Amino acid sequence: MRLQYPTDIRVIQLPCSGRVDILHLLKAFEDGADGVYVAGCMEGDCHFLTGNYKARRKVEYVKKVLESLGIEPERIEMYNMSSAEGPRFAQVANEFTERIAELGPSPVAKAKAA
Amino acid sequence: MKAGSNLEKVLAAGHFAVTGELGPPMGNNVEEVRHKAGFLKGIVESVNITDNQTAVVRMASWAACKILIDEGLEPNYQMVCRDRNRLALMADILGATALGIKNVLCLSGDHQRFGSHPESKNVYDLDSVQLLAAFQKMRDEKKFLNDKDLDGAPEIFIGAASNPFADPFEFRVPRLAKKIAAGADFVQTQCIYNMDKFREFMKRAVDKGLHEKCYILAGVTPMKSVGMANYMAKFVPGMDVPADIVKRLKGVDKKEQAAEGIKIAIEQIEEFKELEGVSGVHVMAIEWEHRAKEIIEGAGLLPRPEVD
Amino acid sequence: MIVGDSKPLEEILAMIEGREKVLVLGCRGCVTVCNVGGEKEVGILASTLRIARKKNGQAPGIEEMTLERQCDPEYIEELAEVAENYDAIISIACGVGPQFVSERFPGARVFPGINTTFIGGALEHGVWTERCQSCGNCLVHNFGGLCPIARCSKSLMNGPCGGSASGNCEISPDVPCVWDQIVKKMDAMGRLDELEQVWPNKNWLTARDGGPRQRVREDLKQ
Repeated sequence: MRLQYPTDIRVIQLPCSGRVDILHLLKAFEDGADGVYVAGCMEGDCHFLTGNYKARRKVEYVKKVLESLGIEPERIEMYNMSSAEGPRFAQVANEFTERIAELGPSPVAKAKAA
Repeated sequence: MKAGSNLEKVLAAGHFAVTGELGPPMGNNVEEVRHKAGFLKGIVESVNITDNQTAVVRMASWAACKILIDEGLEPNYQMVCRDRNRLALMADILGATALGIKNVLCLSGDHQRFGSHPESKNVYDLDSVQLLAAFQKMRDEKKFLNDKDLDGAPEIFIGAASNPFADPFEFRVPRLAKKIAAGADFVQTQCIYNMDKFREFMKRAVDKGLHEKCYILAGVTPMKSVGMANYMAKFVPGMDVPADIVKRLKGVDKKEQAAEGIKIAIEQIEEFKELEGVSGVHVMAIEWEHRAKEIIEGAGLLPRPEVD
Repeated sequence: MIVGDSKPLEEILAMIEGREKVLVLGCRGCVTVCNVGGEKEVGILASTLRIARKKNGQAPGIEEMTLERQCDPEYIEELAEVAENYDAIISIACGVGPQFVSERFPGARVFPGINTTFIGGALEHGVWTERCQSCGNCLVHNFGGLCPIARCSKSLMNGPCGGSASGNCEISPDVPCVWDQIVKKMDAMGRLDELEQVWPNKNWLTARDGGPRQRVREDLKQ
């Protein structure tokens, strides 16, 4: 499968979505990312049992942080997909890119550019 | 005689006593106190005046007590530990007795979190059991809590509350025994709806001989409607409203529910009169003072005895 | 441990408004254990504040530091070289931290970044519960190892009150009635009779009511 997905997504690989840290997510925004999403395994399918549930809770935490800073919480999201679902990966990448394109550049990045 | 109050005299003479209840207004509306007191005059031995009941600020209990005295009624001064430390509790009982108040009811008090000023700080320096002991010491030893002599000791008939329906049930009678050991001369119970449970409570109290050390008055609050019954069943902690009470109220026309509630109350009192260990009833017709007479009269308790 | 809770971001942002150089100061003591004021949380708060400032087109100017403890002058001293570089120091230690830092550096503007909530322990990861009110005269052994002062809403020594229902406190069905637990525990231990005595008035002199407290150990003083 050589599925196309947007080239402006930077993929950071981790052994498990449970390894994602709140600080990783914040740092991405601090450094100007317009959006961040975490792609974890299907719920119930975590090799480490609860890694993806923990990732979701961290994403929810950062959503609240963004909201209190007046930044759209939609700029961060948690998705669950199986590693056998190439098309789903591409579909999510497209969907999220569209969402961020609609929101426009992050206010953090915009201020930096100005 | 400990205080020589009307309530104490009636109980001591062996009559089945009746007390009422009056909630002071949320303001200084003296007329409102007199108006409500008017409904209770002559039909009860004495009237409990609530003290910031349900943690909602109202006219000070001692002041409403004084108004009742001026109107020719006898008050039971309710005092909660939530709002005063031991200094204020002792000062207030001295002041209250100086004004002619002769009965007091010692309570812990509802927590303020769901009252009118939930952000306030509470006190709970003493608890209700310790408050009973404090007043008994002041009356009998004529001393403050610090063992210093009083310049004039309060002559006061000391009351406690008991809720047979709170949990854990097996500790309710032992806790009542603690209150009596601490100094309670009389006890008024929480409103009773679950008669089976109350009978069991009284049996245990009688087995311990508590009824011989203290007068126990059974609490009665008439149900005004199915809505009130449901509310009390669901939202008032420590209230036990059996389903058959609700069912019975539901069984009559909406307009008849209040009358049915009064009928239930009368039937309860008839049973309390026969129940071993019960020395009287405490009729809490909450915001329904004008219907108290129907209940007391209906239960054959009028006229009230006069005891010297 | 001493348990705390982060202050709302809005409140922290208002504290440092107009203050260019800001130090977020953590503590490796209790607040690290309860995940509110350690090195990790310093990083999160600092990053969040930087995002906020960048969003407004301001220079971030947020730095990070975590001390071994903020309740010990020895460690506060580590700030000596740098304290005056900052227009604001946000201490995310318990309430002792911002005070010790302020006392040591009278010119510094020190702000509390967390609210100190209680002395307690962890029931599980992410859940803490109050266990002690530091009344200064521990009595828990008399109550089956449960503290009525800290855990009864009314601090009753002769409970349970009439509001105890189905094991819960009258203030909320989410708050367990400690007196219900005390009675059941003492009963299970065959010690219920001990609860039938009237517990006398508590002497609150050893508690906060006796005024601010200080403790001196002559054997340790240097």
